[in-house]
Amino acid sequence: MDTLALEATLPKKAQPTALITGPPVPAPTKRKPAKKTKKAVVFFEVEILDAKTKDKLCFLDKVRPTSTKLCAACYPQWYPARQSIRLDPKGKSLKDEDVLQHLPVGTTATFYFRDLGAQISWVTVFLTEYAGPLLIYLMFYFRVPFIYPPKYDFTTSKHWVVHLACMCHSFHYVKRLLETLFVHRFSHGTMPLRNIFKNCTYYWGFAAWMAYYINHPLYTPPTYGEQQVKMALIIFLFCQIGNFSIHIALRNLRPPGSKTRKIPYPTKNPFTWIFLLVSCPNYTYELGSWLGFTLMTQCLPVAFFTLVGFIQMTVWAKAKHRSYLKEFRDYPPLRSPILPFVL
Amino acid sequence: MSAPAMGTTKTAPNDGSHKKKKGPGTLATAYLVIYNVVMTAGWLVIAVGLVRAYLARGSYHGLYYSIEKPLKFFQTGALLEILHCAVGIVPSSVVLTGFQVMSRVFLTWAVTHSVREVQSEDSVLLFVVAWTITEIIRYSFYTFSLLNHLPYLIKWARYTFFIVLYPMGVTGELLTIYAALPYVQKTGLYSVTLPNKYNFSFDYYTFLILTMVSYIPLFPQLYFHMLRQRKKVLGHVEEYTKVE
Repeated sequence: MDTLALEATLPKKAQPTALITGPPVPAPTKRKPAKKTKKAVVFFEVEILDAKTKDKLCFLDKVRPTSTKLCAACYPQWYPARQSIRLDPKGKSLKDEDVLQHLPVGTTATFYFRDLGAQISWVTVFLTEYAGPLLIYLMFYFRVPFIYPPKYDFTTSKHWVVHLACMCHSFHYVKRLLETLFVHRFSHGTMPLRNIFKNCTYYWGFAAWMAYYINHPLYTPPTYGEQQVKMALIIFLFCQIGNFSIHIALRNLRPPGSKTRKIPYPTKNPFTWIFLLVSCPNYTYELGSWLGFTLMTQCLPVAFFTLVGFIQMTVWAKAKHRSYLKEFRDYPPLRSPILPFVL
Repeated sequence: MSAPAMGTTKTAPNDGSHKKKKGPGTLATAYLVIYNVVMTAGWLVIAVGLVRAYLARGSYHGLYYSIEKPLKFFQTGALLEILHCAVGIVPSSVVLTGFQVMSRVFLTWAVTHSVREVQSEDSVLLFVVAWTITEIIRYSFYTFSLLNHLPYLIKWARYTFFIVLYPMGVTGELLTIYAALPYVQKTGLYSVTLPNKYNFSFDYYTFLILTMVSYIPLFPQLYFHMLRQRKKVLGHVEEYTKVE
């Protein structure tokens, strides 16, 4: 986390005041603005109330108009990621970068504080939730003891599609792990801690359920045999490349360390041309990948997983699409959230 | 999955009028009144049927058969309530309502109807009686509420009878599922085994056991929720009576 700078722009002489780390000091060091700046500086008074109880949590006076990141001033024991400061008790949180001067408040500003609860970083959650399926599936593939009848322990399936499926599934999650580490640029640093339990249950649970059947000694290969599996593999690989292309394109929209938001457009890579028709093609390709995997394994639990994932991604895609429309006046009208022309 | 899921946000139509639209419109209200009246009547039919059968036979045994058809009809009809929430004419949560109704429908069809051998069990009577009394009170409560003329007695009954009826119903339900277990295992009812072309399996026997286990965390939560509701709803009246 950035060190909290109470002042966004400081004359070089001035040091951050004690307001940053400790309890509020009624009168901070009586610095006058540097003589170089000729304009008068109007100091703000800031009052921070608890959003639920409306108790006065702290009061800061002599706050510079160019201040940002007031949060840590009051409750140093609650790290900034779990603090939410907002103008309205039920409103949206202010961002770290918001400058006091530019907010719609008078010179005596009242903010509301909310504890967001224990937080965990997105990267940690992603790594955990993706490492699980990778390892769990392999456990079923290698038929470790206590899953299938003992005579099958450490045996391998006699169907070649089962080996292929393992490679595809593992490739998919390795790709996700590497993307988390090297590709994605996250808007938010953290999410609520309870999400990791929810998410891991979902991913790990479904991975175990699918892997159990695909690697089962009584597994039945697809009805249309080699033809079906080959077609499925093509679809799967096509969509994996597509999904990766979109992730790269989205990453390139955003310079390193920034949180800028721009409209994504097709690039030279043909896999990104789908941006002409869809707002969230990463989800479109993801759906395609899992449809391919379902076709490859002809396994009903995989179909369920695909369906549930599709529903969730549609919810996200619609929200993202709506937020694009709200944020950008010139957003291309031809685009649908996730399925061209349909959804 | 970890990306934030944003729910749909409903924005209130700002047509400049200052009147806030409270609850369902008049057409929806009329429909709901009819729905709740019909349901109240239906469960009364079941209640009367139970009493008459008991008086005719002289015993508690096997009363299920005398009300089997109306029970199935009216309990299944409650599925409409999920629709009411989804459409928005009733302000309850779709998930919560869906869960409650589906659990009743599950017991009616997937246990009692499907496993003939449990139909003569006394545990069936236990939950049927609990459901009947609860539903008569609940539907008349809704009817009166919609007409803005709720007698305190009905409100009191709704938030008091459950204290006994809820555990009674749960006991009946659990005993019935338990009674069904051996038959389900023996016949492999609703179960799918490997190998099959969709690479799927389902063991209904294990599923029923898991269902029974799920009552352990769920029942106390719902029960204490109702108790808290009771304090909130009935508690205020006590305060008013204290005022001199």
